Formats: sequence, C-alpha cells, structure tokens
Amino acid sequence: MPDKTVEKKVEVLPGDTASTAAVVVTDAGPAPDKARSLWSDAWHDLRRNPLFLISAVLIVFLLVMAIWPGLFTNASPRDADLAKHYLGKPNWGHVFAADWLGYDVQGRSIYARVVYGARASITVGVGVTIAVTIIGTVIGMIAGYFGGWTDTLLSRLTDIFLGIPFLLGALVVLNSFDDRTVWVVIMALAFLGWTQIARVARGAVITIKQSDYVVAAKALGASTSRILFRHILPNALAPIIVVATIALGGYIAAEATLSFLGVGLGDSAVSWGGDVARGREQLRIAPHTLIIPSVMVSITVLSFLMFGDAVRNALDPKLR
Amino acid sequence: MAEISKSDEPQDVTPNVSEVDVVDAHSESEAVAAIEAPVERGEPILQVRNLVKHFPLTQGILFKKQVGAVKAVDGISFDLYQGETLGIVGESGCGKSTVAKLLMMLEKATAGEIFYKGQDITKLSGRALKAVRRNIQMVFQDPYTSLNPRMTVGDIIGETFEIHPEVAPKGDRRRKVQELLDVVGLNPEYINRYPHQFSGGQRQRIGIARGLALNPEIIICDEPVSALDVSVQAQVINLMEKLQDEFNLSYLFIAHDLSIVRHISDRVGVMYLGKMAEIGTDTEIYDHPTHPYTQALLSAVPVPDPESREGRERIILTGDVPSPANPPSGCRFRTRCWKAQDKCAEEIPLLAVPERFKGEDTPVAHESACHFAEEKDVVHAA
Amino acid sequence: MTIIDETAESPAPDGSEGTGRPLLEVRDLHVEFHTRDGVAKAVNGVNYSVEAGETLAVLGESGSGKSVTAQAIMGILDMPPGRIPKGEILFRGQDMLRMSNEERRKIRGSKIAMIFQDALSSLNPVLSVGYQLGEMFRVHQGMSKKDAKAKAIELMERVKIPAAKDRVGDYPHQFSGGMRQRIMIAMALALEPDLIIADEPTTALDVTVQAQVMDLLAELQREYNMGLILITHDLGVVADVADKIAVMYAGRIIERAPVHELYKRPAHPYTKGLLDSIPRLDQKGQDLYAIKGLPPNLTRIPSGCAFNPRCPQAQDICRTEIPPLHPVTERDGGELAGRGSACHFWKETIHG
Repeated sequence: MPDKTVEKKVEVLPGDTASTAAVVVTDAGPAPDKARSLWSDAWHDLRRNPLFLISAVLIVFLLVMAIWPGLFTNASPRDADLAKHYLGKPNWGHVFAADWLGYDVQGRSIYARVVYGARASITVGVGVTIAVTIIGTVIGMIAGYFGGWTDTLLSRLTDIFLGIPFLLGALVVLNSFDDRTVWVVIMALAFLGWTQIARVARGAVITIKQSDYVVAAKALGASTSRILFRHILPNALAPIIVVATIALGGYIAAEATLSFLGVGLGDSAVSWGGDVARGREQLRIAPHTLIIPSVMVSITVLSFLMFGDAVRNALDPKLR
Repeated sequence: MAEISKSDEPQDVTPNVSEVDVVDAHSESEAVAAIEAPVERGEPILQVRNLVKHFPLTQGILFKKQVGAVKAVDGISFDLYQGETLGIVGESGCGKSTVAKLLMMLEKATAGEIFYKGQDITKLSGRALKAVRRNIQMVFQDPYTSLNPRMTVGDIIGETFEIHPEVAPKGDRRRKVQELLDVVGLNPEYINRYPHQFSGGQRQRIGIARGLALNPEIIICDEPVSALDVSVQAQVINLMEKLQDEFNLSYLFIAHDLSIVRHISDRVGVMYLGKMAEIGTDTEIYDHPTHPYTQALLSAVPVPDPESREGRERIILTGDVPSPANPPSGCRFRTRCWKAQDKCAEEIPLLAVPERFKGEDTPVAHESACHFAEEKDVVHAA
Repeated sequence: MTIIDETAESPAPDGSEGTGRPLLEVRDLHVEFHTRDGVAKAVNGVNYSVEAGETLAVLGESGSGKSVTAQAIMGILDMPPGRIPKGEILFRGQDMLRMSNEERRKIRGSKIAMIFQDALSSLNPVLSVGYQLGEMFRVHQGMSKKDAKAKAIELMERVKIPAAKDRVGDYPHQFSGGMRQRIMIAMALALEPDLIIADEPTTALDVTVQAQVMDLLAELQREYNMGLILITHDLGVVADVADKIAVMYAGRIIERAPVHELYKRPAHPYTKGLLDSIPRLDQKGQDLYAIKGLPPNLTRIPSGCAFNPRCPQAQDICRTEIPPLHPVTERDGGELAGRGSACHFWKETIHG
C-alpha cells in the first residue's frame, strides 16, 4: 500500500549499491569543491544503503499511521460488535476494509486496532528515546568532562541503575501506578533506561576532551560551556545517536511486553502489546488475533533496528 | 651563514677530561663566535624559572593515595627574547611537551614561575589569564586531530574572535579570517570547507592561521612539522620563518628533529628526563656541544648523505631512557653515559657555564649540566 | 654502511641459491582502491627486485604507494576495497598472486616476514612475549612447549635483549619502544625467512634508539643473508643501510639507483627537490628549498608525469606523456649500473 513512497525513494538508489568503502586515501590533494560535513557524508552513504531505504520507508509509513490513523481506516478501534467477534476470520480480499484482518474476541476490527495501535507504540518508543538521550547525555557529559569525584559519583549511580533488571524494574515501578497513561510508561522506561546512553556519552566525552582541538580551544581561553557545546557535544553526538536509534526498537518491544504482562498501558488504551495479550487466549480458535499484532510489533522493532544499524554504519568513525 | 668549523680531532671516547683538545678548539672557534654573537636582545619576553611539573601516581578507586610521581619536568629555567626562536630538543618522555603545556597554562605547574613581561602568569586566573593567553598561542603537532572535524575552517579560525571579541568587531571577522588564510598561503575561498577536505600540510597552515589570529607575541610550536611529509615540511618551515619576520614573533620550537631545529632556531636547549642538559646558541650546541647527551644525540641523527656520514663518529648509546617516575640519582644521564663516575651518581650537575670555560669568550663557554663537560664535534666529518 | 654493491643490478644472473632468478621480483604491479570519491590508483605499475643478502630501500611520502606494494607482497591487503587488476609478484620465480590462500599462508611468516612501524599494536597485549615468540615454532614446526620457550630465549638473545631469560615471561607493555621493536624483529627472524619487509621500522623510535635498531637489523641481515625491503620516508635512515633505492611517487617508481649515487647525483627532479628540502645538521642555510604544491590525489592523478604540476622543469611533453623509466647513463653514454629515472629530462637533471 505505500506504493508512492517506495517508488520515489527507490529512484535515488543507483545501480551500484556497494556499501561504504573504508579506504582513507592519505593526503588527498586539492579537495573537491563542495563543503562536506560528516553529516552530509553520512547522508551520501545512507542514500545508497538498501537496508536504510527499506527501514526508512517503513518508519515513515508507521509514523504517518501513528499521526493520522484516519487516513488508513474509517472503522473505529473501539467499536465492538459482538455479533462479529473472533469468529469473524480475516477477509483477505477486502483490503483496507474493516473486516480485512478479521475481528477480535469482542468483535472489534483488528485492522483498525492495528492502525490505531501504532500511535501508542511509536509514542512510547520515540518518547523514551528522547528522554533517555537527554538524561543520559547530560549525565554522561558531566561525568566525563569534569571527572574526579563528580565522575565517581555519577558512574556509581549509573552502575546502580544498570544493576536493576530493566523489565523487572519497569514492572515494579508501573505496578505502583493505577492510571498508566502513555506518559507514565515513558517516564518509567526512561527512568530505568538512561544508563546505556550515559555510559556511551561519558566514554565519548572522555576521548574527545583529550583531543588536540579541545586543548586548542582551552589554550584560546574558551569557556567551559563553549568547549562543551561547540566542541565536545557535536563530536560526541554520533555514537549517542547510533545507540539511541538502535535502542528505540527495544523500547517499543518493552512497551509491548509490559502491556502484554498487564502493567503497560491501561486496558482502555489501544496498543499492540495489549492485543497480543488478549489474542493469546484465543490462540487455538482464532490465531490471527494473536499473530497480526505480533507481526506489527516485529516489523516495527525490526525497522528501527535496521535503521539504527544503517545509521551506525554511516556514522561509525572507525569506517572513515 | 654556513660556516664549517673543523674544530677538534675525533677523540677517543674516554672518561678523562683532556685539556689539550679543548684549548685547541678555542682558537678556531673565536671567529665563529664573533659572527654568531647575539645582537642586542633587550629584556626577555618570557622568563621561565625552576619550572616543575610532577604528575602524581595514585592507587585505589575511591580513596586515592599517592604512591609516587612522574617527574615530567623537574626544575627548568630559560629565557625567550622578542623575535627569536628557541628550539627545545629531546627524546620522547624528556618533558618537552609538558613544558609547552605549562607555558600555555594548560597544566598547572607544581612549582616555579613563568614571567611574561615580568608578570608571573602561573599565579593568574580568570580575566587576567585570558588577557595573557591572547599573547601566547600554540601550534599543535598533529594537524589531523587539532582541528575540530565538525567545524568549517571559517568557524575554527573565527572562534578565536568569538572568545576574544575585542580583537575584531563582529562585522569584520569573516574578512579577517580570509585575510589570515591568505597570509598562510591558503585560498581565502576555502573558508566554508571542513578540515578533512585538506591535506596534512594545508591543515597545519590552518592551525598556524588560528595561532596568528589574535596577533600573539609568542607562539609555542609543539612538533609542528613532524607529522608532515618531507616535501611539505620545508613549505611549512619557510612559512613559519616568513611569519616570524613579518610579525616579529618569538617562537618556542619544540621538536625531536635536530636538523630542523638547527635550521629554524637562534638558540637551542637540549632536554633529558625533565631537565635541561645544555643550552646555547645554535652554533654553540651543534658545533661545540659539551654535554655527552647532546653529543650522542647529534651523532645519532641519520644524515641523508652517505659520504659525509662515513667520516663521522657515531656514539651509540646503550639502553633506553629511564622512567621519569624513578629517575637515577645525581646526573640523570649517568646510566647511559660513557663518562659516568661516582661523582655523577652523588651530585646533580647544575646547568651553568662549566668552571673551566668561565670567562672565555668562545662558543664552548655555554651552559651545560655536566660534571665533565668537554667539547666534541660530532656533526662535521673529520 | 660499507656494503659493496655487488648485487645492485636488477636481475642478476648469479641470483639466490643458483636458481638464476631474483629472490623476489615485482612486475608491473597495479593496486587500486574503490572509495567513496572514486577509484584511488595507489600503485600504477611498480617493478622491482631483491636478491638474497641485499637491501632495497623503497622511499616515498605518504600516498606514494610504498606501503601498499609491501602489503600486496605480503598478501595482507584489504581485498575489498583493494584490488590488484594487473601484475605479478614472483617469489623465487613463482607468482604469489596465482597461489592458493593455503600456499601463500605457508610462505608468509616462514619465507617472507614483515616488521611494522608500531610494535606495540602488532604484539598481542595479553600474551607474554615468550609465548608469542614460541608460537611461531609450535605452529610452524610443531615444537613442544619447552623447546619453543628455549628457542624464544635464544631469539631474544639474538636481538640483544638484556636478561632474556628473566624477561621471557614479560608482556609487551613492560618493554620500552626500542625493546619492543627488537621483539618484532625476533619474531620476523624466528623461522629464518629469506626476505624481510620492514615498513618504517624506526619511525616511532627516538633517534638514539633508531640507530641501535637499524644496526641490529643490518647485522642480522648480513648474518642470515636475507633479502631486506626497507620502506621509509626518511632519507637519512636509508642512507645508512640500503644497497639500492627505489623512489616512489604517486604509485610509480620514478627513480632507482645504488644508494651513494642517488644522494650524490639525483636524476629526477622530485628526488632532487626532496634532498634539497632537508635541513642539514652541519650547516645553517638561508631558506629551505621547498617542493611547491601538494602530493597528488590518487583518485585524480595528473596526466603525463604525475609530478608535473610541482616540477620546476615541466614542459608540455610532461603534461601529456608518461615518462618510462629511462636507463641513466654518464654524459658520454657510459653505463651507470642499476640507475633509472622516469623523467623526460633526466639528462638535464643529472648532468645540469
């Protein structure tokens, strides 16, 4: 169904799709004319990477679905018509119609629920990623740059949080909330999930702070905030972004798992994880009620993982 | 300038001091000294006195306790005059790069003073320090790591004006950056390019332009050409000499390449394990070295000329430089020195004109930290 | 330093061990890399040969292709993105590029060994030096652990590491830079190879230690009668130990000569410029001669002679025609053994 988008993207793909060649030609002579930054180089690579193109198309598609579900279906995910319930098997011929993917145990259109469920998954995934990136980067940068006692303290704190099993911790935290909205889930996951980024950021900052260009800025008398935000942050960003994009898929999976376990989003929310949980009970009579939302979770997680992987290949300093 | 002094005969490597040779050397060297005599130098612009930097060695994770110290720089004194180049040579681990960091106030000195125009800058902080920084700038060794890869050339050089806005008004900065690019021999249109689009030599020119931006009086060059190709080294050295004449700069030129140091320097200091072994004008050090370490260092330099090479005596030192965390007692060079005697283990030789040469107006009479200082020409073929 | 140049002529009939062929011969080697910015032509038709007991110095700046050639000989080139479209590498007359991986692996290490610039990163940090040295014997010769250790100590003594017996169990980081380079040399020597390729073996070392290591290398080479390819950018290091020199620029050999000849009378403007641009220790000159411009971008090598944009003598012909490696002769046509220059105007360059 996303034919238009695919076509447009595929045009960019040149015949030769050889991925990133990693040769450094030392001391290249007169440079090419266009100014090229790391980001534009990365973009140049990404555009030629089929893995990236496929995942990007899928992600754009999922984002559109999350923002404007009405574009995809007229049916409501909450309208229950018990007359249809789960005996309403998928009707593969009726593409995009309410009965396309059949009905669940309460007679709700599975297609509509899949479409509307995207919002919860994507919001949680993106929300948690943004939150952990901010928290993790700030803590990692402070620890890495200032070092000494600050570092010892923050690193131990990171270790403590790292010691908490992620899902178990989330279970405990979420269990203490009665009304679990999307925001509560995001906060709970972010509360436990910032450690990885903090470690990556700290490591990157420690390496960068010793580099000559930071020393040069200090020798000029640059202020701490200038060194942090002009010199260190832009150079530490690449590994942070890589970790964040790869983690995004994991957060979507975590939300689905928690919803499945009954401590994710409340019952009233439309979410894939919740649907998987409910579908499990009908596994033998109506397997499609379990399989379809599960497949959606898998596709989404996979898209983000592939996307993260492609971004890492393009940004990884070891390859250039 | 290219004087060739065939001073003394190649001597045997013996630990005893031979007076005859030394006297012999003087007569021929006097003419040289007259030519090389320093012009009126006036007040030094930078005076370094007993500079010490110890890096503590600690153990333990939470409660660190000091178990020793790496004596990177251990009591160094020298002067730098307006418009001159002082070369500092030595092997890795001798502390020459730490000296650069101390002078740039990038490291805090453990002890000692650095006077810039009479003011001790080790005691400064905040605004006063920032003002001094304007006048002391640095050129780094590695042109690949000393430029921020995420910034354009214009931003890299222009940043100096953002940090010191009083140097150039806002509207004028772009033009000033282009002017600087022109001064260091780069096309001013390259202003929007990123460092990785340039070759090593071009990047080093960008680094030099950044160092020049604030019109400093002193530039500290830490191995500025050692990462460059031979054919490009000469370009950068010539550029640095041109800029020195143009802006009356004083260079502290730190390098391990003795030939390049001789080429660019007016005076040269030789460092070994955190101490100054010998210091003097380039003629004094290269043609009349009196410290055995300087002699060994000079004799080991590979010379791209097999013919002249064969007539030269080579002193091959045994062993490696000892660890600066646990330097030898007395003279630090004694563990590798062929002249070492008991006195060398007991008494630290001071950096001074050796007693025997005092009062003489010859190139041999320069400061040398050796109990048994004696001249030995190792550079010229016999 | 005073090795007589008996074997300096290229394919000497009395070559190694009576095979009538040179120990190693590189013929018309080409190597290219496929990069983001296009095809980088790193090596463009290199020819050279080494005899047993002979030292060939390959001199060049970064990007000249000197190290890439060596990597191609060793078979340690990163094959994608690298590619060898053309050429032969003959070891005792056999083309190594046509051998199977297994055959090449056997030659590597036991017949041809390599010494790298950075000894610390070439040694495994978690294994003791003695173990790593002994490994060569255990793997290639199936020696017992005890014998291998004894051999390791012997080797360490050969490369003059003091107190070898006590230090055999030490780890690489416990040795100084000079000592680590000696260990690298010991590893290269372990199986008594016929040829050693040393890629900038002393660049990372201090001058006083450089001399020690170079002397050791030259001494061992004489003793074992090995061929030695010494890759370097340092004209000074080369002068001391090499028999003959090949100067590379933009993936080609632009000049070759016996070592003394090259320094006395360079026959290529690039070599000449390089020699003039080094400051001298024993005299203080005015301005340094500097070769103008930059080394070429390997994806866009200038047409004709690659050096023409930087050459003070360049004429129209230099921009259109690639100069072959002309044999260099005396002014009267007298032969100069082993000399060649890839310059259209080599006569003007050498005879002024």
